Amino acid sequence: MQTSKFIDIQNVEQTFKTKKGNFPALRDINLTVAKGEFVALIGHSGCGKSTLLNLIAGLTMPTEGVLLCADKEIAGPGPERAVVFQNHSLLPWLTCFENIYLAVERVFAATESKAQLKARTDAALALVGLTAAAQKRPGEISGGMKQRVGIARALSMEPKVLLMDEPFGALDALTRAKLQDELLEIVARTHSTVVMVTHDVDEAVLLSDKIVMMTNGPAATIGEVLHVDLPRPRNRVELADDPQYQQYRKAVIDFLYTRQAHVEKAA
Amino acid sequence: MVSAVFHSPLEAAASPATSAHAPTTKVMSTAKAQAPVSPVAAPRAATPGRDWRGVWMAVLPPVLGLACLVMVWSLIAGTSNSGIPTPLATWAQAVEVFADPFYKVGPNDQGVGWNVLMSLQRVAIGFGLAAAVGIPAGFLIGRFTFLSRMFNPLISLLRPVSPLAWLPIGLLVFKGADPAAIWTIFICSIWPMIINTAVGVQRVPQDYMNVARVLNLSEWKIFTKILFPAVLPYLLTGVRLAVGTAWLVIVAAEMLTGGVGIGFWVWDEWNNLNVASIIIAIFVIGIVGLLLEFALIKVASFFTFEEVKN
Repeated sequence: MQTSKFIDIQNVEQTFKTKKGNFPALRDINLTVAKGEFVALIGHSGCGKSTLLNLIAGLTMPTEGVLLCADKEIAGPGPERAVVFQNHSLLPWLTCFENIYLAVERVFAATESKAQLKARTDAALALVGLTAAAQKRPGEISGGMKQRVGIARALSMEPKVLLMDEPFGALDALTRAKLQDELLEIVARTHSTVVMVTHDVDEAVLLSDKIVMMTNGPAATIGEVLHVDLPRPRNRVELADDPQYQQYRKAVIDFLYTRQAHVEKAA
Repeated sequence: MVSAVFHSPLEAAASPATSAHAPTTKVMSTAKAQAPVSPVAAPRAATPGRDWRGVWMAVLPPVLGLACLVMVWSLIAGTSNSGIPTPLATWAQAVEVFADPFYKVGPNDQGVGWNVLMSLQRVAIGFGLAAAVGIPAGFLIGRFTFLSRMFNPLISLLRPVSPLAWLPIGLLVFKGADPAAIWTIFICSIWPMIINTAVGVQRVPQDYMNVARVLNLSEWKIFTKILFPAVLPYLLTGVRLAVGTAWLVIVAAEMLTGGVGIGFWVWDEWNNLNVASIIIAIFVIGIVGLLLEFALIKVASFFTFEEVKN
Protein backbone atom coordinates (compact mmCIF):
# COMPACT_ATOMS: atom_id res chain seq x y z
CA MET A 1 0.00 0.00 0.00
CA GLN A 2 1.34 3.39 -0.95
CA THR A 3 1.36 5.52 2.14
CA SER A 4 1.73 8.75 0.21
CA LYS A 5 -1.49 8.16 -1.75
CA PHE A 6 -3.81 6.69 0.84
CA ILE A 7 -6.70 8.71 -0.53
CA ASP A 8 -6.33 9.51 -4.20
CA ILE A 9 -8.78 11.85 -5.91
CA GLN A 10 -8.37 12.01 -9.69
CA ASN A 11 -10.01 14.58 -11.98
CA VAL A 12 -13.20 14.62 -9.99
CA GLU A 13 -16.08 16.72 -11.19
CA GLN A 14 -19.48 17.03 -9.54
CA THR A 15 -22.55 18.47 -11.22
CA PHE A 16 -25.94 18.65 -9.54
CA LYS A 17 -29.12 18.53 -11.52
CA THR A 18 -31.46 21.29 -10.42
CA LYS A 19 -34.70 22.70 -11.76
CA LYS A 20 -32.76 25.50 -13.45
CA GLY A 21 -30.50 23.03 -15.23
CA ASN A 22 -27.13 21.60 -14.31
CA PHE A 23 -25.21 23.22 -11.49
CA PRO A 24 -21.46 22.56 -11.63
CA ALA A 25 -20.29 22.33 -8.01
CA LEU A 26 -16.76 20.98 -8.37
CA ARG A 27 -14.34 20.58 -11.26
CA ASP A 28 -10.79 19.31 -11.77
CA ILE A 29 -10.25 18.10 -8.25
CA ASN A 30 -6.93 16.30 -7.86
CA LEU A 31 -5.76 15.57 -4.35
CA THR A 32 -3.83 12.92 -2.45
CA VAL A 33 -3.85 12.34 1.27
CA ALA A 34 -1.08 10.30 2.88
CA LYS A 35 -1.70 7.78 5.65
CA GLY A 36 -1.72 9.51 9.01
CA GLU A 37 -2.01 12.94 7.45
CA PHE A 38 -4.36 15.64 8.75
CA VAL A 39 -5.88 17.62 5.90
CA ALA A 40 -8.13 20.64 6.25
CA LEU A 41 -10.46 21.79 3.46
CA ILE A 42 -11.07 25.50 3.75
CA GLY A 43 -13.01 27.99 1.65
CA HIS A 44 -15.96 30.34 1.68
CA SER A 45 -19.40 28.87 2.15
CA GLY A 46 -20.81 27.41 -1.05
CA CYS A 47 -17.37 26.47 -2.37
CA GLY A 48 -18.14 22.77 -2.34
CA LYS A 49 -15.94 21.65 0.54
CA SER A 50 -18.76 19.62 2.07
CA THR A 51 -19.54 18.23 -1.39
CA LEU A 52 -15.96 17.02 -1.64
CA LEU A 53 -16.15 15.46 1.83
CA ASN A 54 -19.40 13.67 0.93
CA LEU A 55 -17.67 12.31 -2.15
CA ILE A 56 -14.86 10.88 -0.04
CA ALA A 57 -17.44 9.50 2.38
CA GLY A 58 -19.21 7.88 -0.56
CA LEU A 59 -22.53 9.49 0.34
CA THR A 60 -22.62 10.95 -3.19
CA MET A 61 -21.03 9.73 -6.40
CA PRO A 62 -18.93 11.98 -8.66
CA THR A 63 -20.19 12.92 -12.12
CA GLU A 64 -16.68 12.46 -13.53
CA GLY A 65 -13.42 11.12 -12.19
CA VAL A 66 -12.41 8.53 -9.60
CA LEU A 67 -11.84 8.50 -5.88
CA LEU A 68 -9.61 5.80 -4.39
CA CYS A 69 -9.13 4.88 -0.76
CA ALA A 70 -6.36 2.38 -0.01
CA ASP A 71 -6.17 1.56 -3.73
CA LYS A 72 -9.86 0.68 -3.90
CA GLU A 73 -12.51 2.73 -5.64
CA ILE A 74 -14.95 4.40 -3.28
CA ALA A 75 -18.30 2.92 -4.34
CA GLY A 76 -20.46 3.91 -1.38
CA PRO A 77 -20.40 4.85 2.29
CA GLY A 78 -18.84 2.45 4.72
CA PRO A 79 -17.58 2.24 8.30
CA GLU A 80 -13.92 2.35 7.21
CA ARG A 81 -14.52 6.00 6.34
CA ALA A 82 -16.24 7.29 9.48
CA VAL A 83 -17.98 10.66 9.33
CA VAL A 84 -18.36 13.16 12.15
CA PHE A 85 -21.36 15.23 11.11
CA GLN A 86 -21.69 18.95 11.66
CA ASN A 87 -24.75 18.57 13.86
CA HIS A 88 -23.49 15.46 15.68
CA SER A 89 -26.40 13.31 14.36
CA LEU A 90 -26.71 11.24 17.51
CA LEU A 91 -29.89 9.22 17.79
CA PRO A 92 -31.86 10.98 20.54
CA TRP A 93 -33.62 7.83 21.77
CA LEU A 94 -30.37 6.00 22.51
CA THR A 95 -27.98 6.74 25.37
CA CYS A 96 -24.44 7.89 24.58
CA PHE A 97 -23.26 4.34 25.23
CA GLU A 98 -25.87 2.85 22.90
CA ASN A 99 -25.11 5.37 20.16
CA ILE A 100 -21.48 4.27 20.13
CA TYR A 101 -22.34 0.62 20.68
CA LEU A 102 -24.46 0.66 17.50
CA ALA A 103 -21.34 1.58 15.50
CA VAL A 104 -19.02 -0.80 17.38
CA GLU A 105 -21.47 -3.65 16.96
CA ARG A 106 -21.73 -3.07 13.22
CA VAL A 107 -17.97 -3.23 12.70
CA PHE A 108 -16.76 -5.81 15.23
CA ALA A 109 -19.75 -8.05 16.11
CA ALA A 110 -18.68 -10.67 13.57
CA THR A 111 -15.31 -11.26 15.21
CA GLU A 112 -15.65 -10.28 18.86
CA SER A 113 -17.65 -11.23 21.95
CA LYS A 114 -20.26 -8.98 23.59
CA ALA A 115 -17.87 -8.21 26.44
CA GLN A 116 -15.21 -7.06 23.98
CA LEU A 117 -17.74 -4.86 22.18
CA LYS A 118 -18.72 -3.29 25.47
CA ALA A 119 -15.08 -2.75 26.38
CA ARG A 120 -14.51 -1.01 23.04
CA THR A 121 -17.50 1.26 23.63
CA ASP A 122 -16.29 2.13 27.12
CA ALA A 123 -12.82 2.83 25.75
CA ALA A 124 -14.24 5.17 23.11
CA LEU A 125 -16.20 7.07 25.76
CA ALA A 126 -13.11 7.28 27.96
CA LEU A 127 -11.10 8.60 25.00
CA VAL A 128 -13.29 11.71 24.86
CA GLY A 129 -13.65 11.89 28.64
CA LEU A 130 -17.34 11.06 28.81
CA THR A 131 -17.37 7.87 30.87
CA ALA A 132 -19.66 9.57 33.38
CA ALA A 133 -22.24 10.48 30.73
CA ALA A 134 -22.48 6.97 29.26
CA GLN A 135 -26.07 6.38 30.35
CA LYS A 136 -27.34 9.87 29.46
CA ARG A 137 -29.37 10.60 26.36
CA PRO A 138 -28.14 13.28 23.90
CA GLY A 139 -30.91 15.64 25.03
CA GLU A 140 -29.42 15.68 28.53
CA ILE A 141 -25.87 16.75 27.65
CA SER A 142 -24.32 19.94 26.25
CA GLY A 143 -23.53 20.64 22.59
CA GLY A 144 -19.80 20.12 23.13
CA MET A 145 -20.41 16.77 24.82
CA LYS A 146 -22.68 15.67 21.95
CA GLN A 147 -19.96 16.49 19.44
CA ARG A 148 -17.47 14.51 21.55
CA VAL A 149 -19.83 11.51 21.50
CA GLY A 150 -20.02 11.92 17.72
CA ILE A 151 -16.21 11.85 17.52
CA ALA A 152 -16.07 8.87 19.88
CA ARG A 153 -18.61 7.04 17.71
CA ALA A 154 -16.50 7.68 14.61
CA LEU A 155 -13.23 6.67 16.28
CA SER A 156 -14.73 3.55 17.89
CA MET A 157 -15.06 2.00 14.44
CA GLU A 158 -11.27 2.21 14.00
CA PRO A 159 -11.80 3.81 10.61
CA LYS A 160 -9.06 4.08 8.02
CA VAL A 161 -10.09 7.69 7.52
CA LEU A 162 -11.89 10.09 9.80
CA LEU A 163 -14.01 12.59 7.87
CA MET A 164 -15.18 15.65 9.76
CA ASP A 165 -17.67 18.15 8.36
CA GLU A 166 -17.22 21.38 10.32
CA PRO A 167 -17.32 19.35 13.51
CA PHE A 168 -16.94 22.32 15.83
CA GLY A 169 -18.85 24.88 13.77
CA ALA A 170 -21.89 24.97 16.03
CA LEU A 171 -19.92 25.37 19.28
CA ASP A 172 -18.85 28.44 21.21
CA ALA A 173 -15.21 29.55 20.90
CA LEU A 174 -14.05 28.21 24.28
CA THR A 175 -15.61 24.77 23.82
CA ARG A 176 -14.26 24.68 20.30
CA ALA A 177 -10.71 25.35 21.48
CA LYS A 178 -10.99 22.64 24.11
CA LEU A 179 -12.24 20.07 21.60
CA GLN A 180 -9.54 21.05 19.11
CA ASP A 181 -6.91 20.34 21.77
CA GLU A 182 -8.56 17.02 22.55
CA LEU A 183 -8.70 16.13 18.87
CA LEU A 184 -4.98 16.94 18.48
CA GLU A 185 -4.20 14.63 21.36
CA ILE A 186 -6.46 11.81 20.10
CA VAL A 187 -5.09 12.01 16.56
CA ALA A 188 -1.52 11.93 17.92
CA ARG A 189 -2.36 8.78 19.89
CA THR A 190 -4.34 6.95 17.19
CA HIS A 191 -2.33 8.13 14.15
CA SER A 192 -5.61 8.64 12.29
CA THR A 193 -5.87 9.94 8.77
CA VAL A 194 -8.22 12.92 8.94
CA VAL A 195 -9.96 15.07 6.36
CA MET A 196 -11.73 18.00 7.97
CA VAL A 197 -13.93 20.69 6.48
CA THR A 198 -13.60 24.01 8.26
CA HIS A 199 -14.06 27.73 7.75
CA ASP A 200 -11.90 28.66 10.70
CA VAL A 201 -8.36 29.75 9.72
CA ASP A 202 -6.85 29.17 13.16
CA GLU A 203 -8.40 25.75 13.40
CA ALA A 204 -6.95 24.79 10.02
CA VAL A 205 -3.42 25.97 10.84
CA LEU A 206 -3.42 24.54 14.35
CA LEU A 207 -4.60 21.06 13.40
CA SER A 208 -3.46 20.32 9.86
CA ASP A 209 -0.44 19.01 8.06
CA LYS A 210 -1.91 20.26 4.81
CA ILE A 211 -4.46 22.98 4.13
CA VAL A 212 -6.43 22.65 0.92
CA MET A 213 -7.80 26.07 -0.06
CA MET A 214 -10.73 26.06 -2.43
CA THR A 215 -11.81 28.73 -4.88
CA ASN A 216 -15.30 30.15 -4.87
CA GLY A 217 -18.13 28.24 -6.48
CA PRO A 218 -19.81 27.50 -8.77
CA ALA A 219 -17.41 25.06 -10.41
CA ALA A 220 -15.03 25.40 -7.50
CA THR A 221 -11.65 23.76 -7.55
CA ILE A 222 -8.53 23.56 -5.42
CA GLY A 223 -6.86 26.95 -5.50
CA GLU A 224 -3.78 26.23 -3.46
CA VAL A 225 -2.36 23.63 -1.09
CA LEU A 226 -0.39 24.84 1.92
CA HIS A 227 1.89 22.45 3.81
CA VAL A 228 2.05 23.26 7.50
CA ASP A 229 5.39 22.19 8.90
CA LEU A 230 4.90 23.10 12.52
CA PRO A 231 6.35 20.57 14.98
CA ARG A 232 3.95 18.40 16.97
CA PRO A 233 2.72 18.32 19.67
CA ARG A 234 1.36 21.79 19.03
CA ASN A 235 0.34 24.18 21.76
CA ARG A 236 -2.05 26.98 20.89
CA VAL A 237 -0.62 29.34 23.51
CA GLU A 238 2.98 28.94 22.35
CA LEU A 239 1.95 29.12 18.70
CA ALA A 240 0.09 32.38 19.24
CA ASP A 241 3.26 34.42 18.76
CA ASP A 242 5.22 31.95 16.69
CA PRO A 243 6.35 33.79 13.51
CA GLN A 244 6.02 30.64 11.38
CA TYR A 245 2.45 30.12 12.60
CA GLN A 246 1.64 33.74 11.83
CA GLN A 247 3.04 33.28 8.34
CA TYR A 248 0.84 30.25 7.61
CA ARG A 249 -2.14 32.04 9.04
CA LYS A 250 -1.49 35.07 6.86
CA ALA A 251 -1.13 32.89 3.77
CA VAL A 252 -4.58 31.39 4.33
CA ILE A 253 -6.19 34.73 5.16
CA ASP A 254 -4.58 36.26 2.10
CA PHE A 255 -6.01 33.52 -0.09
CA LEU A 256 -9.49 33.72 1.42
CA TYR A 257 -9.92 37.48 1.67
CA THR A 258 -7.70 38.95 -1.03
CA ARG A 259 -7.64 36.51 -3.89
CA GLN A 260 -10.99 34.78 -3.29
CA ALA A 261 -12.95 37.70 -1.87
CA HIS A 262 -16.34 38.92 -3.08
CA VAL A 263 -18.03 35.61 -2.54
CA GLU A 264 -21.47 37.10 -3.13
CA LYS A 265 -20.59 38.36 -6.59
CA ALA A 266 -19.01 35.12 -7.60
CA ALA A 267 -21.88 33.02 -6.32
CA MET B 1 -72.85 13.21 9.51
CA VAL B 2 -69.67 12.95 7.51
CA SER B 3 -68.26 16.16 8.84
CA ALA B 4 -69.31 15.31 12.37
CA VAL B 5 -67.51 12.00 12.21
CA PHE B 6 -64.35 13.27 10.60
CA HIS B 7 -63.78 16.66 12.09
CA SER B 8 -64.70 16.17 15.69
CA PRO B 9 -61.75 13.94 16.60
CA LEU B 10 -59.30 16.62 15.48
CA GLU B 11 -60.96 19.22 17.63
CA ALA B 12 -61.30 16.74 20.44
CA ALA B 13 -57.63 15.95 20.05
CA ALA B 14 -56.66 19.57 20.28
CA SER B 15 -58.85 20.72 23.14
CA PRO B 16 -58.02 18.19 25.88
CA ALA B 17 -54.34 18.65 25.14
CA THR B 18 -54.48 22.38 25.70
CA SER B 19 -56.91 22.29 28.57
CA ALA B 20 -54.97 19.52 30.26
CA HIS B 21 -51.69 21.45 30.04
CA ALA B 22 -52.82 24.96 30.75
CA PRO B 23 -53.74 24.49 34.41
CA THR B 24 -50.58 22.60 35.28
CA THR B 25 -48.29 25.17 33.71
CA LYS B 26 -50.12 27.88 35.58
CA VAL B 27 -49.62 26.07 38.86
CA MET B 28 -45.96 25.62 38.09
CA SER B 29 -45.35 29.19 37.01
CA THR B 30 -46.96 30.67 40.11
CA ALA B 31 -45.01 28.26 42.26
CA LYS B 32 -41.77 29.22 40.54
CA ALA B 33 -42.48 32.91 40.65
CA GLN B 34 -43.19 32.89 44.35
CA ALA B 35 -40.56 30.45 45.50
CA PRO B 36 -37.53 32.78 45.36
CA VAL B 37 -39.31 35.56 47.26
CA SER B 38 -39.25 33.73 50.58
CA PRO B 39 -36.61 31.05 50.35
CA VAL B 40 -35.95 31.05 54.09
CA ALA B 41 -39.55 31.32 55.26
CA ALA B 42 -41.04 28.28 56.88
CA PRO B 43 -42.36 26.09 54.08
CA ARG B 44 -45.43 25.08 56.12
CA ALA B 45 -46.60 28.67 56.38
CA ALA B 46 -45.86 29.47 52.73
CA THR B 47 -47.41 26.37 51.18
CA PRO B 48 -51.15 26.88 51.81
CA GLY B 49 -51.31 30.44 50.48
CA ARG B 50 -49.23 29.59 47.43
CA ASP B 51 -51.08 26.38 46.62
CA TRP B 52 -54.55 27.83 47.05
CA ARG B 53 -54.03 30.34 44.28
CA GLY B 54 -52.83 27.65 41.91
CA VAL B 55 -55.63 25.28 42.83
CA TRP B 56 -58.13 28.11 42.50
CA MET B 57 -56.98 28.88 38.96
CA ALA B 58 -57.01 25.21 38.05
CA VAL B 59 -60.43 24.41 39.49
CA LEU B 60 -62.52 27.56 39.19
CA PRO B 61 -62.68 28.01 35.37
CA PRO B 62 -63.72 24.42 34.58
CA VAL B 63 -66.30 24.47 37.38
CA LEU B 64 -67.70 27.74 36.02
CA GLY B 65 -67.86 26.25 32.54
CA LEU B 66 -69.76 23.24 33.82
CA ALA B 67 -72.09 25.52 35.79
CA CYS B 68 -72.85 27.42 32.56
CA LEU B 69 -73.76 24.18 30.83
CA VAL B 70 -76.09 23.12 33.66
CA MET B 71 -77.70 26.58 33.69
CA VAL B 72 -78.44 26.57 29.94
CA TRP B 73 -79.70 23.03 30.30
CA SER B 74 -82.04 24.05 33.18
CA LEU B 75 -83.36 26.99 31.16
CA ILE B 76 -84.18 24.77 28.18
CA ALA B 77 -85.67 22.08 30.41
CA GLY B 78 -87.72 24.75 32.20
CA THR B 79 -89.58 25.84 29.08
CA SER B 80 -92.70 23.79 28.58
CA ASN B 81 -92.98 21.12 25.88
CA SER B 82 -89.23 20.77 25.38
CA GLY B 83 -89.41 17.23 26.75
CA ILE B 84 -85.89 17.53 28.12
CA PRO B 85 -85.64 16.52 31.79
CA THR B 86 -84.10 18.93 34.28
CA PRO B 87 -80.52 18.33 35.49
CA LEU B 88 -81.90 17.25 38.86
CA ALA B 89 -84.23 14.66 37.33
CA THR B 90 -81.38 13.38 35.18
CA TRP B 91 -79.15 13.14 38.23
CA ALA B 92 -81.80 11.09 40.05
CA GLN B 93 -82.06 8.80 37.05
CA ALA B 94 -78.26 8.52 36.85
CA VAL B 95 -78.05 7.46 40.49
CA GLU B 96 -80.58 4.75 39.71
CA VAL B 97 -78.79 3.64 36.52
CA PHE B 98 -75.39 3.50 38.18
CA ALA B 99 -76.70 1.77 41.29
CA ASP B 100 -76.52 -1.50 39.36
CA PRO B 101 -74.57 -1.04 36.12
CA PHE B 102 -73.99 -4.77 35.60
CA TYR B 103 -77.44 -6.35 35.75
CA LYS B 104 -78.59 -8.74 33.05
CA VAL B 105 -82.30 -9.34 32.52
CA GLY B 106 -82.30 -10.40 28.90
CA PRO B 107 -80.29 -9.85 25.73
CA ASN B 108 -81.93 -6.47 25.22
CA ASP B 109 -82.05 -5.32 28.83
CA GLN B 110 -78.63 -5.06 30.41
CA GLY B 111 -76.87 -2.55 32.65
CA VAL B 112 -75.06 0.49 31.31
CA GLY B 113 -71.74 -1.05 32.39
CA TRP B 114 -72.26 -4.03 30.07
CA ASN B 115 -73.23 -1.72 27.24
CA VAL B 116 -70.09 0.37 27.60
CA LEU B 117 -67.88 -2.72 27.90
CA MET B 118 -69.43 -4.30 24.80
CA SER B 119 -68.85 -1.11 22.81
CA LEU B 120 -65.27 -0.88 24.07
CA GLN B 121 -64.70 -4.50 23.09
CA ARG B 122 -65.87 -3.84 19.52
CA VAL B 123 -63.69 -0.75 19.32
CA ALA B 124 -60.72 -2.70 20.69
CA ILE B 125 -61.09 -5.52 18.14
CA GLY B 126 -61.76 -3.25 15.16
CA PHE B 127 -59.05 -0.82 16.15
CA GLY B 128 -56.57 -3.63 16.94
CA LEU B 129 -57.06 -5.14 13.49
CA ALA B 130 -56.71 -1.71 11.90
CA ALA B 131 -53.44 -1.12 13.78
CA ALA B 132 -52.14 -4.56 12.80
CA VAL B 133 -52.74 -3.78 9.13
CA GLY B 134 -52.40 0.01 9.02
CA ILE B 135 -49.11 0.54 10.85
CA PRO B 136 -47.02 -1.92 8.79
CA ALA B 137 -48.75 -0.61 5.65
CA GLY B 138 -47.82 2.93 6.68
CA PHE B 139 -44.17 1.93 7.11
CA LEU B 140 -44.06 0.32 3.68
CA ILE B 141 -45.80 3.22 1.98
CA GLY B 142 -43.48 5.69 3.70
CA ARG B 143 -40.30 3.78 2.91
CA PHE B 144 -40.90 2.94 -0.75
CA THR B 145 -41.88 5.68 -3.18
CA PHE B 146 -43.32 3.14 -5.60
CA LEU B 147 -45.82 1.87 -3.03
CA SER B 148 -46.62 5.41 -1.97
CA ARG B 149 -47.51 6.38 -5.54
CA MET B 150 -49.47 3.17 -5.91
CA PHE B 151 -51.66 3.53 -2.82
CA ASN B 152 -51.98 7.28 -2.28
CA PRO B 153 -54.79 7.71 -4.86
CA LEU B 154 -56.70 4.81 -3.27
CA ILE B 155 -56.32 6.27 0.19
CA SER B 156 -57.41 9.71 -1.01
CA LEU B 157 -60.47 8.14 -2.62
CA LEU B 158 -61.58 5.95 0.29
CA ARG B 159 -60.65 8.08 3.29
CA PRO B 160 -63.41 10.71 2.99
CA VAL B 161 -66.17 8.06 2.80
CA SER B 162 -68.42 8.09 5.84
CA PRO B 163 -67.75 4.98 7.92
CA LEU B 164 -71.46 4.20 8.00
CA ALA B 165 -71.47 3.78 4.23
CA TRP B 166 -69.26 0.73 4.84
CA LEU B 167 -71.78 -0.84 7.19
CA PRO B 168 -73.97 -2.48 4.50
CA ILE B 169 -70.84 -3.94 2.88
CA GLY B 170 -69.88 -5.37 6.26
CA LEU B 171 -73.38 -6.81 6.78
CA LEU B 172 -73.29 -8.33 3.32
CA VAL B 173 -69.85 -9.89 3.65
CA PHE B 174 -69.89 -10.98 7.29
CA LYS B 175 -73.61 -11.79 7.60
CA GLY B 176 -73.78 -10.54 11.17
CA ALA B 177 -74.32 -7.32 13.12
CA ASP B 178 -71.31 -7.68 15.38
CA PRO B 179 -68.63 -8.31 12.73
CA ALA B 180 -70.18 -5.60 10.57
CA ALA B 181 -69.77 -3.06 13.40
CA ILE B 182 -66.18 -4.21 13.93
CA TRP B 183 -65.55 -3.91 10.17
CA THR B 184 -66.85 -0.34 10.26
CA ILE B 185 -64.49 0.54 13.11
CA PHE B 186 -61.64 -1.13 11.23
CA ILE B 187 -62.19 0.78 8.01
CA CYS B 188 -62.58 4.19 9.68
CA SER B 189 -59.64 3.90 12.06
CA ILE B 190 -57.13 2.49 9.57
CA TRP B 191 -56.64 5.72 7.54
CA PRO B 192 -55.18 8.00 10.21
CA MET B 193 -52.73 5.27 11.19
CA ILE B 194 -51.57 4.59 7.61
CA ILE B 195 -51.24 8.28 6.77
CA ASN B 196 -49.50 9.37 9.96
CA THR B 197 -47.06 6.46 9.93
CA ALA B 198 -46.20 7.06 6.26
CA VAL B 199 -45.67 10.79 6.84
CA GLY B 200 -43.52 10.00 9.88
CA VAL B 201 -41.31 7.68 7.85
CA GLN B 202 -40.93 10.27 5.11
CA ARG B 203 -39.93 12.90 7.66
CA VAL B 204 -37.15 10.96 9.36
CA PRO B 205 -34.25 13.45 9.32
CA GLN B 206 -31.75 12.80 6.51
CA ASP B 207 -28.96 13.05 9.11
CA TYR B 208 -30.13 9.86 10.78
CA MET B 209 -30.36 8.09 7.45
CA ASN B 210 -26.81 9.27 6.65
CA VAL B 211 -25.63 7.74 9.90
CA ALA B 212 -27.29 4.50 8.83
CA ARG B 213 -25.56 4.69 5.45
CA VAL B 214 -22.11 5.42 6.89
CA LEU B 215 -22.48 2.58 9.40
CA ASN B 216 -23.88 0.43 6.60
CA LEU B 217 -26.64 -0.83 8.92
CA SER B 218 -28.88 -3.69 7.87
CA GLU B 219 -32.49 -2.90 6.94
CA TRP B 220 -33.61 -4.55 10.21
CA LYS B 221 -31.25 -2.39 12.31
CA ILE B 222 -32.37 0.70 10.41
CA PHE B 223 -35.96 -0.19 11.25
CA THR B 224 -35.48 -0.97 14.95
CA LYS B 225 -32.87 1.65 15.83
CA ILE B 226 -33.78 4.57 13.56
CA LEU B 227 -37.09 4.35 11.71
CA PHE B 228 -39.30 2.98 14.46
CA PRO B 229 -38.20 5.34 17.26
CA ALA B 230 -38.24 8.33 14.89
CA VAL B 231 -41.72 7.51 13.62
CA LEU B 232 -43.22 6.61 16.99
CA PRO B 233 -44.53 10.11 17.85
CA TYR B 234 -46.24 10.38 14.44
CA LEU B 235 -47.57 6.86 14.78
CA LEU B 236 -49.04 7.58 18.21
CA THR B 237 -50.76 10.70 16.86
CA GLY B 238 -52.33 8.46 14.23
CA VAL B 239 -53.40 6.00 16.91
CA ARG B 240 -54.97 8.79 18.94
CA LEU B 241 -56.94 10.12 15.98
CA ALA B 242 -57.99 6.58 15.09
CA VAL B 243 -59.25 5.77 18.58
CA GLY B 244 -61.18 9.05 18.71
CA THR B 245 -62.83 8.31 15.36
CA ALA B 246 -63.57 4.72 16.37
CA TRP B 247 -65.32 5.82 19.53
CA LEU B 248 -67.41 8.31 17.55
CA VAL B 249 -68.37 5.75 14.95
CA ILE B 250 -69.26 2.87 17.26
CA VAL B 251 -72.23 4.74 18.71
CA ALA B 252 -73.69 5.36 15.26
CA ALA B 253 -72.91 1.84 14.06
CA GLU B 254 -74.58 0.25 17.08
CA MET B 255 -77.69 2.36 16.63
CA LEU B 256 -78.08 0.69 13.24
CA THR B 257 -76.99 -2.84 14.10
CA GLY B 258 -78.60 -3.28 17.53
CA GLY B 259 -77.40 -5.83 20.07
CA VAL B 260 -75.70 -4.76 23.26
CA GLY B 261 -73.70 -1.53 23.27
CA ILE B 262 -73.86 2.07 24.32
CA GLY B 263 -75.14 3.17 20.88
CA PHE B 264 -77.91 0.60 20.96
CA TRP B 265 -78.74 1.65 24.52
CA VAL B 266 -79.22 5.25 23.35
CA TRP B 267 -81.57 4.10 20.59
CA ASP B 268 -83.43 1.74 22.91
CA GLU B 269 -84.02 4.47 25.48
CA TRP B 270 -85.22 6.78 22.70
CA ASN B 271 -87.78 4.16 21.72
CA ASN B 272 -88.83 4.04 25.40
CA LEU B 273 -88.95 7.87 25.35
CA ASN B 274 -86.56 7.89 28.30
CA VAL B 275 -84.70 11.12 27.51
CA ALA B 276 -82.90 11.28 30.87
CA SER B 277 -81.13 8.02 30.01
CA ILE B 278 -80.05 9.45 26.67
CA ILE B 279 -78.49 12.45 28.40
CA ILE B 280 -76.75 10.09 30.81
CA ALA B 281 -75.49 8.10 27.82
CA ILE B 282 -74.14 11.27 26.22
CA PHE B 283 -72.14 12.01 29.37
CA VAL B 284 -70.91 8.42 29.60
CA ILE B 285 -69.79 8.46 25.94
CA GLY B 286 -68.03 11.79 26.46
CA ILE B 287 -66.25 10.70 29.61
CA VAL B 288 -65.09 7.38 28.13
CA GLY B 289 -63.83 9.21 25.02
CA LEU B 290 -62.00 11.71 27.20
CA LEU B 291 -60.34 8.92 29.20
CA LEU B 292 -59.20 7.13 26.02
CA GLU B 293 -57.80 10.36 24.65
CA PHE B 294 -56.06 11.24 27.91
CA ALA B 295 -54.46 7.80 28.22
CA LEU B 296 -53.10 7.98 24.67
CA ILE B 297 -51.74 11.51 25.16
CA LYS B 298 -49.88 10.22 28.22
CA VAL B 299 -48.43 7.34 26.20
CA ALA B 300 -47.47 9.68 23.34
CA SER B 301 -45.71 12.22 25.53
CA PHE B 302 -43.73 9.42 27.17
CA PHE B 303 -42.32 8.34 23.81
CA THR B 304 -41.67 11.77 22.30
CA PHE B 305 -38.03 12.71 22.49
CA GLU B 306 -37.04 16.31 22.71
CA GLU B 307 -34.75 16.25 19.70
CA VAL B 308 -36.95 14.33 17.32
CA LYS B 309 -38.32 17.63 16.08
CA ASN B 310 -34.95 19.14 15.18
